Amino acid sequence: MRGNAKLSGTKTPQKINFKSLIDTIKLMWKGNEIRTILVLTFTLLSALAGAIAMSFTQRLYDEVVPLFESHDENAMSALISLVTVWGSFLAVELILIVIRGQIIVKLGQNTLRKVRNAMFNNMEYLPIRFFDQNKYGDIMSRYTNDVDTLDNFITQTIPNLISVVTSVFALFIMMLINNWLLTIITIVILGLIMLLSTQLLKRSTKHFILRQKLLGRLNGYVEEMMEGTRVVQVFNHQDTAMSEFETIIEEYRQEELKGNMIGNVIAPLNGNLIRIEYVIITIIGAAFVLNGNYTIGLLITFLTFLNNFANPIARFAQQLTSVAQASAGSMRIIDLMTQEHEVDDGYVTLVNYNKDANGNIIETDENNHNWAWKHPHEDGTLTYTPLCGEIVLKDVDFSYVKEKQILYDINIYAKPGQKIALVGETGAGKTTITNLINRFYDIEDGKIRYDGININKIKKSDLRKSLGLVLQETNLFTGTIKDNIKLGKEDATDEEVIEAAKVANADSFIRMMPNGYDTILVRAGENLSQGQRQLIAIARAAIADFPVLILDEATSSIDTRTEQIVQKGMDKLMENRTVFVIAHRLSTIQSANAIMVMRHGRIIERGEHKSLIELKGMYYQLYTGKFELE
Amino acid sequence: MKKIFSLYKYAGKYWIYAVLCPIFMVGEAVLELQIPDQIGNLINYLRYTSAEALELMEILKYGLILLGFSFASLLSGMIGGITAAIASSGFAKNLKTDLFRKIESFSFANIDKYSTSSLITRMTTDSNWIQLSFAMSIRMLFRSPALFIYAIIKASRVSGDLSMIFFIAVPFILLGLIIIFLTAHPHFSKGIKKIDKLNEVVEENVRGIRVVKSFTKEKAEINKFEAVSKDIYKEFTFAQKIVNLNEPVMMISMYTVLIFIAVIGSQMTGTGDLTSGELYELITYSFQILINLMMMSMVFSLFIISKPSRDRVYEVLHEKPTITNPNDPIMEVKDGSIEFHNAYFKYNESSEKYVLNNINLKINSGETIGILGTTGSSKTTLISVIARLYDLSSGTVKVGGYDVKEYDLKVLRDAVSVVLQKNVLFSGTILDNLRWGNKDATDTECIEASKIAQADSFIEQFPDKYNTYIEQGGSNVSGGQKQRLCIARAILKNPKILILDDSMSAVDTKTDKLIRDGLKEYRKDITKIIVAQRCASVMDADKIVIIDNGEIIGLGNHDNLMKTSKAYQEVYYSQNKEVK
Repeated sequence: MRGNAKLSGTKTPQKINFKSLIDTIKLMWKGNEIRTILVLTFTLLSALAGAIAMSFTQRLYDEVVPLFESHDENAMSALISLVTVWGSFLAVELILIVIRGQIIVKLGQNTLRKVRNAMFNNMEYLPIRFFDQNKYGDIMSRYTNDVDTLDNFITQTIPNLISVVTSVFALFIMMLINNWLLTIITIVILGLIMLLSTQLLKRSTKHFILRQKLLGRLNGYVEEMMEGTRVVQVFNHQDTAMSEFETIIEEYRQEELKGNMIGNVIAPLNGNLIRIEYVIITIIGAAFVLNGNYTIGLLITFLTFLNNFANPIARFAQQLTSVAQASAGSMRIIDLMTQEHEVDDGYVTLVNYNKDANGNIIETDENNHNWAWKHPHEDGTLTYTPLCGEIVLKDVDFSYVKEKQILYDINIYAKPGQKIALVGETGAGKTTITNLINRFYDIEDGKIRYDGININKIKKSDLRKSLGLVLQETNLFTGTIKDNIKLGKEDATDEEVIEAAKVANADSFIRMMPNGYDTILVRAGENLSQGQRQLIAIARAAIADFPVLILDEATSSIDTRTEQIVQKGMDKLMENRTVFVIAHRLSTIQSANAIMVMRHGRIIERGEHKSLIELKGMYYQLYTGKFELE
Repeated sequence: MKKIFSLYKYAGKYWIYAVLCPIFMVGEAVLELQIPDQIGNLINYLRYTSAEALELMEILKYGLILLGFSFASLLSGMIGGITAAIASSGFAKNLKTDLFRKIESFSFANIDKYSTSSLITRMTTDSNWIQLSFAMSIRMLFRSPALFIYAIIKASRVSGDLSMIFFIAVPFILLGLIIIFLTAHPHFSKGIKKIDKLNEVVEENVRGIRVVKSFTKEKAEINKFEAVSKDIYKEFTFAQKIVNLNEPVMMISMYTVLIFIAVIGSQMTGTGDLTSGELYELITYSFQILINLMMMSMVFSLFIISKPSRDRVYEVLHEKPTITNPNDPIMEVKDGSIEFHNAYFKYNESSEKYVLNNINLKINSGETIGILGTTGSSKTTLISVIARLYDLSSGTVKVGGYDVKEYDLKVLRDAVSVVLQKNVLFSGTILDNLRWGNKDATDTECIEASKIAQADSFIEQFPDKYNTYIEQGGSNVSGGQKQRLCIARAILKNPKILILDDSMSAVDTKTDKLIRDGLKEYRKDITKIIVAQRCASVMDADKIVIIDNGEIIGLGNHDNLMKTSKAYQEVYYSQNKEVK
């Protein structure tokens, strides 16, 4: 399980991956069986009808026109019967295409929706390791770029390929029947044309890759300069930035130019080479007519066939590129859809209870704030342990990556209601400890007990529900302020929401918002100040009302007044709760029952503020500002 | 429309290619159209010459003519493609360069108007859309209409009566395409907005996954996601179903025209009004007419789709920098004295509230000034006007005895060095970053400045020392280290005035003091302004300015303020009680 949560890269391979191509088709097929079959059949039939309809031009020239020219009285009826059959083939083709066009939209959009939902459904249950190991952009591009590619593949590439293959095949047969010699000549010339265009395409791919690299550099530079545009101003760096930008963009332009030149030449080259083939065939065909074993009608029809035959074949190489892109894209989509879920084999659950007259615990469905751990044992018995909030870490070792141990022999004993402060430099292992308590990561050695129960036995969702979490980076979600507070307790009443906001000191500012508690947060709370976001996060934890709290204090600077308000909210929240706090401020530390001073993954000093000061060790140095607390 | 044309000037020195391209593209098409003519002639020759009189030489003559046209068309098409590539890549370069130059000329007030990410979008995605529609327009905008008209003329020359059908078919197609476009477009824009929303949900879940998991809200978030995903499905299904009618509309018209010409045309061959060859030509022309109609509608919809991009880029290009250099500027800042006189400022002309309210303040050259105040009290605004990052709404601020508006901007900003609160390091080595302050600084000077900023000690601990590579955004150094590097960078400018805007918030108290001491000792002459949250950071300043709601509510040194200012006392005690 370790280290395998990484997604595959985002580079576009140049080869088609057949396995993922089949997987893509499976994605489309499931739940769309009838639609897929209909689309395929209709595409096939319409291509066939179209191809057959083309042969009617021949009959017009060879059978009808001569009748009119010789003023035959059957001319009119011949024309009418020809046009009727011809027209019906065209009509069939048309109707099939209309219906197919409507079904294919449903097929495509349905697949996309399914794929999106499947990715998200799977993603939500992935272990934290996954999110720590993969870049945000890499995950995101699966929902954006790769889904777009897939859309293109389903709604354009597949039908195109089918219709091209069908009609090319049908035309090939009809051409053979028409004149086998001309057909062979056609194929030979076409082969030469394709050879040339594949060569060009290869060269353009080479330029394309280089161009993408330079584009990445250009966009990176733009991003950096836009982020730093104020600093550029302050340092009068405009001229330098300008000349750097000009160098980079000129390099990009030259590469883009080379790639586009080849690309722009391929199309007219293909088109005109086919036209030259057309001319050659015309001349040869005319010579056949001259010899008397070929008719003009047949020649004209052959030319019509040729037009519809050669163009798709010449473009075939380009079609393959988009197949390659789609197979790469769906490989990445499937990768995200099939990442392994976080394993949860805990069987101890959290339930509400009432006490009967004898003081025995009786499980109940009502949500009454009395919580107990329901613990089934191997011998079939059940025990209930009231939720108190005692947490014990014993000899805990941990590493994120093998051979790089992060925590050594961690021992912490937190009685219900106690406040444990974790102090130390960046990378000392403070956050890691909290990651282990809520089982975002699993320990390597040692034990963690929650109210006496090994946390590995507790169902993860129940374990996490029982631990309040207020993080450094406050993550709010789209929705109203109320929705965000209610994240802590789904069925909370409005009164409870307000109560929690009051505990967090957030009530007053929320009331000043234009729509109060119903104010909609845009872009994860962009319309709030950082302090306000923190207050909402505190309210969110307050409404959940569980006995253990994990607190990662904010390091960023908020002004003293706001800081005091936030601090007051935090203090109220911490009352009567077991608290693990990753401390950045001296005030929090002083009131803690126990301070764990951490360095390089070990607890090197522990005790109350006073005794640690007297010890004159690491804590003393931190406290007097010799080390940076971060 | 005006916007479209005004963007064409970005072809710049590549204009000749932008002009040549359509010429060759039209050339290719016209040459191409000669081919059905000649084949028509060949057919007539074959059909109406008696079998004995037919000659191979005559056929070969046609063949040569046909090949000639084909090769000419091939050549013309290739030149058209090459010139298009040159023009459009040049166009994109010019457009982006101009955008970049424009943004570089922005004042802070201009920058405030746009978010960073929106500026990036304008420089990348939006510019690419414009480039695409430019390339498309020079290749197709002339070619398609030219071909369209040419084919209609040729067709009506072959048979005026028969080509009347186009006057029915063309408006029918146009109407169909317009209706389809107008019906589908609103649903597309709605769908795209929903996609933005979907991405937002993904983003907040990826970033906030710890919160989701600890509140076990996976299911609720999935429901939220699936609801948006369903909306997308609905909008796009509807819109695409409509768009997919495009093809049938074209096909119906094409087939109707085909059958019409076949029915009427073949009868006309009987009356001698039409030859077989002409019938062939007519059918070929009708395909040309319809295909080019399709191309025109594609170019047209590309212009519509790229309109928002065009508007966004146009907006930036026509943004007027709010701060520009004065005529005949002063080129030297004499000393580091500062004087505010009846200074008022508001960010927005229409807002009622002043952010700076009647500020009067005199600072002597070489003094150390502390500025204290809560968030939103306008500390940052106060120091920003000194370096003319913003212009006052009324009143004056003088540096070295002259109004800041009289100085050359570059001279002023070199003399007034501001360490911004939200600061940025750039990708490159530490030395590269430091030399932003002074590009000619020697290694020794860089080290000296780093020592004053207390950065030298940690830099020396890096394996590559001063050549350590800083990642984009300075992501590989800690917050405190970043702040110290930014201070060192500002010191290297050798300014007359150094302003630290809450620039030591992530630095511990001891380092904070060492930096201030260092500045006092090694940069005696410069005026130092320290904006801070911590009392301790400003306690030993010559003057402390207490600012609240844009007004100065206290001024004096520490001892002074402890006696006179209640606000100062409050802050002082609240921050120091824990230490005692």
